[in-house]
Amino acid sequence: MKTAFLAGALSLLLPTMGVAGEYNLTVDRVEIDTGDFVKTGIGYNGASPGPVLRFKEGENVSINVTNNLDEMTSIHWHGLILPFEQDGVPGISFPGIKPGETFTYNFPITQSGTYWFHSHSGFQEPDGAYGAIVIEPEGREPFRYDREYVVQLTDKHPHSGDRIMRNLKMMPDYYNREQQTVGEFFSDVSDQGFMTTVKDRLAWGGMRMMKADVEDLQGFTGLINGKGPEQNWTGLFQPGERIRLRFINSSAMTYFDVRIPGLDMTVVQADGNNVQPVSVDEFRIGVAETYDVIVRPRDEKAYTIFAESMGRSGYARATLAPKEGMEAAVPKLRDPARLTMADMGGMHGMDHGDMAGMDHSTMGEMDHSDMKDMDHSGMKGMDHSGMKGMDHSAMGHGSEMTAGGASDPFYAEGSGLIPTAANGGKFLSYADLKAQKPLYEEREATREIELRLTGNMERYTWSINGVKYEDADPIRLQYGERVRFKFVNETMMTHPMHLHGMWSMLDVGAGQLNPVKHTISVQPGTTVYMETEVDEPGQWAFHCHLSYHAAAGMFRKVIVEGGPESTQAAEGDVGQAGGEA
Amino acid sequence: MSRWISLTAIVLLGWGGIPTVASAQERMEDTTARKMPLKVWGAQFEEFEYRYSDDDEELGTWSGDVFYGTDDLKLRWLTTGEYAIDEQAYEKLENQLVGQVPISDFFDAKAGVRFDTPEGPDRTYAVVGISGLAPQWVEIDASLYVSEKGDASAELDAEYELLLTNRLILAAALDATVAFSEDREIGVGKGLVSTETGLRLSYDLIDRSFSPYIGVVHERTYGDSEDFVRAAGGDAESWFAVVGARLSF
Repeated sequence: MKTAFLAGALSLLLPTMGVAGEYNLTVDRVEIDTGDFVKTGIGYNGASPGPVLRFKEGENVSINVTNNLDEMTSIHWHGLILPFEQDGVPGISFPGIKPGETFTYNFPITQSGTYWFHSHSGFQEPDGAYGAIVIEPEGREPFRYDREYVVQLTDKHPHSGDRIMRNLKMMPDYYNREQQTVGEFFSDVSDQGFMTTVKDRLAWGGMRMMKADVEDLQGFTGLINGKGPEQNWTGLFQPGERIRLRFINSSAMTYFDVRIPGLDMTVVQADGNNVQPVSVDEFRIGVAETYDVIVRPRDEKAYTIFAESMGRSGYARATLAPKEGMEAAVPKLRDPARLTMADMGGMHGMDHGDMAGMDHSTMGEMDHSDMKDMDHSGMKGMDHSGMKGMDHSAMGHGSEMTAGGASDPFYAEGSGLIPTAANGGKFLSYADLKAQKPLYEEREATREIELRLTGNMERYTWSINGVKYEDADPIRLQYGERVRFKFVNETMMTHPMHLHGMWSMLDVGAGQLNPVKHTISVQPGTTVYMETEVDEPGQWAFHCHLSYHAAAGMFRKVIVEGGPESTQAAEGDVGQAGGEA
Repeated sequence: MSRWISLTAIVLLGWGGIPTVASAQERMEDTTARKMPLKVWGAQFEEFEYRYSDDDEELGTWSGDVFYGTDDLKLRWLTTGEYAIDEQAYEKLENQLVGQVPISDFFDAKAGVRFDTPEGPDRTYAVVGISGLAPQWVEIDASLYVSEKGDASAELDAEYELLLTNRLILAAALDATVAFSEDREIGVGKGLVSTETGLRLSYDLIDRSFSPYIGVVHERTYGDSEDFVRAAGGDAESWFAVVGARLSF
């Protein structure tokens, strides 16, 4: 019955059937060996990560997924544009796949690039249920390479996802082993003086917030293609070859800063879409993002791919080498990241004495309206056209600057999270990303939707506009509109926001050439805009891709009303009402 | 006018249980666990220790709690006890069952019952209190008790952790009890009844689940309570060396 319905819907959607590829995946209990520890987890076709699925643009794929677990499962095709029933989110796209059942996904491949797939059920994804997708384009790509490798990162933790969630709820700093100690107090005293240090500690203590609150989940082993640092995944090359590395961050919680000492990286794709090439020394990959880079090692020697976590609590490591067994030096981790008052957004500059009694709801209301008048003169040298929306709340207040005065328009001015390249060179910024070709004709957004990213670290609750998913109504969009989403991060953590089913065009100020993404990182204390052409009917998930933030409530259902499937004229009326509101 | 009619129509349709006009497409409701309040449980023993006093008294003591619930409502069982090893008797045995709801970002309110069943007379109390995190990282637990005999008392618990390193932690704890009326049968006089101050140096050996510690604890009774203790032949003031572990499951 259900299958018949799906097949029917599909045949409507696919009037022209292209080449059909059939793929089989089993969902299994597997053993995961990181070199540091061995645990049981979940994988595909007997392994975690699962296989690399290689599709061709224009083909229709048919993927049989057999659930060998004793619990429900699902597979979400992250970043793929497809009919919503095929999107794989239980409770939103379909009911899920029962134990013992085989579910067949059918959808056309309408794009190319690097993507990934993962379970959208419980904590199966952090437990190992993920794999890579590589889609070969129909036409020629605007760059050349001689060989390619998927470089899939994850933060494998010895604890199960359920246990991690419970521990974080019980003690939000359960896994944080980079907290400020007595030793750090004294070293700060010697650097900044006694009074400054005491004031600093009192200010943070007054807020009951931690400067060290950068990574909720520490104690993981960083894996690349399933291999821990000691197991050293190695990709072979001939000197002089161009190698395309398809970086995918499949972590539950961890942002990685990636570099290959000795090699320039040319970023050619972000989230599967071609970008104008940017040459960088290092880049930060948010959870669920992908970046394709091209490197050209000319020497007959090994190079280390070093992916250091944003908070510097762990790393993943792999090697590019002319021969198996060769290796290069592995850099040391840099000092743990520390948040600054800039990352606290609108909270800075207030009387800390009063803050003790304040609750976050009040803070939400403070809004950043005051900040909009703020002087952007300090931002010289940056592309002002792109800054329209970036009312960096903390801007101008930034009393603390990061070493070297690093800046990036996508971080609060003075943020402790602004990345710098280990070799002092170029670190990729969102501001550097320009689409190779516009995906849509340029037009004004039809309306703006503000999404405040909210939460309470001490209770480990995460929400949007102060409401957790369990209490939230769906976000209703109208088919055919172009929505401008305004993300205002009112928390002190970074949130990679992922809208399913439709592209997220990140506003970097490049107009029509704004990069086309599926996951957008919103740094603490910043406001970021993205636009979406609402061109897919149905209902979709929209959430923070940090597994434990999504599970704690930073999640929404999006309903696209109207569209080709709908015959009800009444929908238009509802849409107008919504538009006026 | 027509606006009102259509509004009424929509409301009536909605109330009539007829699927809303807008949902022509088949749209499923999210009934997965993600849409349900997250239920969490936890068990912790802040103190689980052996005490040796300056008077050669040996005690086994604990203070712990078990909870289950959601962000909006938790059920918590708190248990505290002191077992005198030589006498083979509970000097103190308190169990509380409370419901707990958030009242601000950092504080919960709680209410429930407390049962004291040590060696000697038992007491049952009604409890209301707050617990949470005060500025500068001081964990606070304050309770007001009224016994079945009508005697009221209050207890304040404060704890601060100093991170010598990220695993070596010095925890200072203060517990003070004040009685608003005398309950002579259980040795409680009006006013400040007793304080217990502890300093414990712990090391997180296995995550945060097993953290052995050593420490020193000072117990003192005051005022009339002190006189009652002395009259009963007890010590009004004791120093203890303690060894134990903080546990969390």
